[in-house]
Amino acid sequence: MHDRSSSGLHLLHDTDTSKRVSPKDLPFAVQGMTVAYHHKPVLWGVSYSAPKGCLTAIIGPNGAGKSTFLKAALGLIPKLSGDTKVFGELIEKALRRIAYVPQRSAVDWDFPATAIDVVLMGLYGQIGWFRWPSRKHRQKAMDCLKSVGMQDFANRQIGQLSGGQQQRVFLARALAQNSEVYLMDEPFAGVDAATEKAIVAVLRQLVADGKTVLVVHHDLETVRDYYSHILLLNGQHVADGPVETTFTSENLQKAYGGRLASTQLDGLSEASNS
Amino acid sequence: MDIFLQFDLPSILLGSLAALACGLLGNFLVLRKQALMGDAISHVVLPGIVIGFLFTHETSSLAMMLGAGGAAIFAVLLIEVIRRIGNVEPGAAMGVVFTTMFAAGVVILEQTGTAGVHLDVEHALYGNLESAIWLDAYSFSDLWNWQVLMTLPDSVRQLFVVNMLIIVFIIMFFKELKITSFDPLLSASLGFSPKWLGLSLIIMVAIAAVAAFTAVGSILVIAMFICPAATARMLTDNLKTQLFISGIASLSAGLFGYLLAAFGPGLLGHEFSVSAAGMIAVVAGLQQVLAMLFAPQYGVVMRRRRQRAHASV
Repeated sequence: MHDRSSSGLHLLHDTDTSKRVSPKDLPFAVQGMTVAYHHKPVLWGVSYSAPKGCLTAIIGPNGAGKSTFLKAALGLIPKLSGDTKVFGELIEKALRRIAYVPQRSAVDWDFPATAIDVVLMGLYGQIGWFRWPSRKHRQKAMDCLKSVGMQDFANRQIGQLSGGQQQRVFLARALAQNSEVYLMDEPFAGVDAATEKAIVAVLRQLVADGKTVLVVHHDLETVRDYYSHILLLNGQHVADGPVETTFTSENLQKAYGGRLASTQLDGLSEASNS
Repeated sequence: MDIFLQFDLPSILLGSLAALACGLLGNFLVLRKQALMGDAISHVVLPGIVIGFLFTHETSSLAMMLGAGGAAIFAVLLIEVIRRIGNVEPGAAMGVVFTTMFAAGVVILEQTGTAGVHLDVEHALYGNLESAIWLDAYSFSDLWNWQVLMTLPDSVRQLFVVNMLIIVFIIMFFKELKITSFDPLLSASLGFSPKWLGLSLIIMVAIAAVAAFTAVGSILVIAMFICPAATARMLTDNLKTQLFISGIASLSAGLFGYLLAAFGPGLLGHEFSVSAAGMIAVVAGLQQVLAMLFAPQYGVVMRRRRQRAHASV
């Protein structure tokens, strides 16, 4: 650990420091992120590097700054300090390597667009300036809709879809972007069971394809089933690592404080030993 | 027939083309929830127009257009600066900039003695639609005669060019305008800067506002920025179709608005006619009311009927 500034290795909360990791291999490395709303700090010096090719849940109590963390890391909201590197490049220059799935409330669903229109938007970067989408692009968008089970709703105006269907359209759009890193802000919030299943299948497929996926997640009960890694936040970085070693009652206690009943904690951590 | 060609047709063209220029761009303003931007811009451009006029001493000149475009850019930047430095909400910053610049325009207008010419405050507000005349036209075959067509009033030819420009702009940037309107964040991450597209849209709005402003006046420009787009939105869920319908709605508001103003009072036995610009706005408003009532999917009547059908099942 001689040149801390350039190695990026110190970002990993890894005990194994003998293995050198080049910044170019880190898909999403955040360094010293501090964010405040109206002079009230929300995030305090969070440093974190997402494990490559893994499915990671960002968890923590309400107001822990989970969504804020993603938005600030992407440069969507102002931050007091910190930077994000994507495969060694500053994120401002690497936005195309990232697909961000915002919360559903981020857009106006009354917009005159159909499901396939929205998915096509994910391809606009590949289509380039001035050009109109071709039949090939429409086909590709259709394939993405299919992979979230929404092909039958392709020509439905987006406001007439259910919340879960809207979420799946967003997901299909992210798939169309074909990025290396996927950041999702609560994709499971308020969705039906069918959508939840579809989303999980897509997340697994993404990881199988070698993508790095970070998901803001609320439901602690499903963390163990869905994810391989976690990042625990409560305004500060609490812990991160594989679910088996990090999703412990001790860490959860640290992140949630008194907000989780001890029986809940026991239930969650017992599952880890089984 | 001569009278129709010489006096009515140029006014109809002027009104319809002014409506079309604003109506098409209005779609994007409405979708971006910036409908009042058209109003703000049509006021903000006044100092630019006056300064452009001072340089050339011609109304409807390129210099006036450039002045207006410059004023619009200046206003957008100023709004941004005030918002950042003053830490106020965008609406407040807009209000400050747009009244100040309009006032500055009026002061320059009065102080430089330009007020005597066409550019007086009344015309700036209510337009001057009926003043368009085309004395070289004698028969309908003149409509296919290029040389005679070129004798159409400057303002008509200028609006024609502006409409072409707007249509090319929308076709070229359709996808970009769509994505920046729907999801600016995604748009930025894909490399389509919402800021630059927003600014280009505002400049086009400024150009349309200036071109339309001599015809229908700055107060009525706002009606044309909002009504046709809002009407079209009631009738379709497809943005392309919406643009097309709003175009038809704009042109027909121009046509029927003028006809009603010129001949409507006559039909009722009166000798006078009413302001064509005003009537165009009224027709545009009526179209919207009709669409709100009778649109197949979103109209009040059909929604009621569906609800009743639903309830009786």
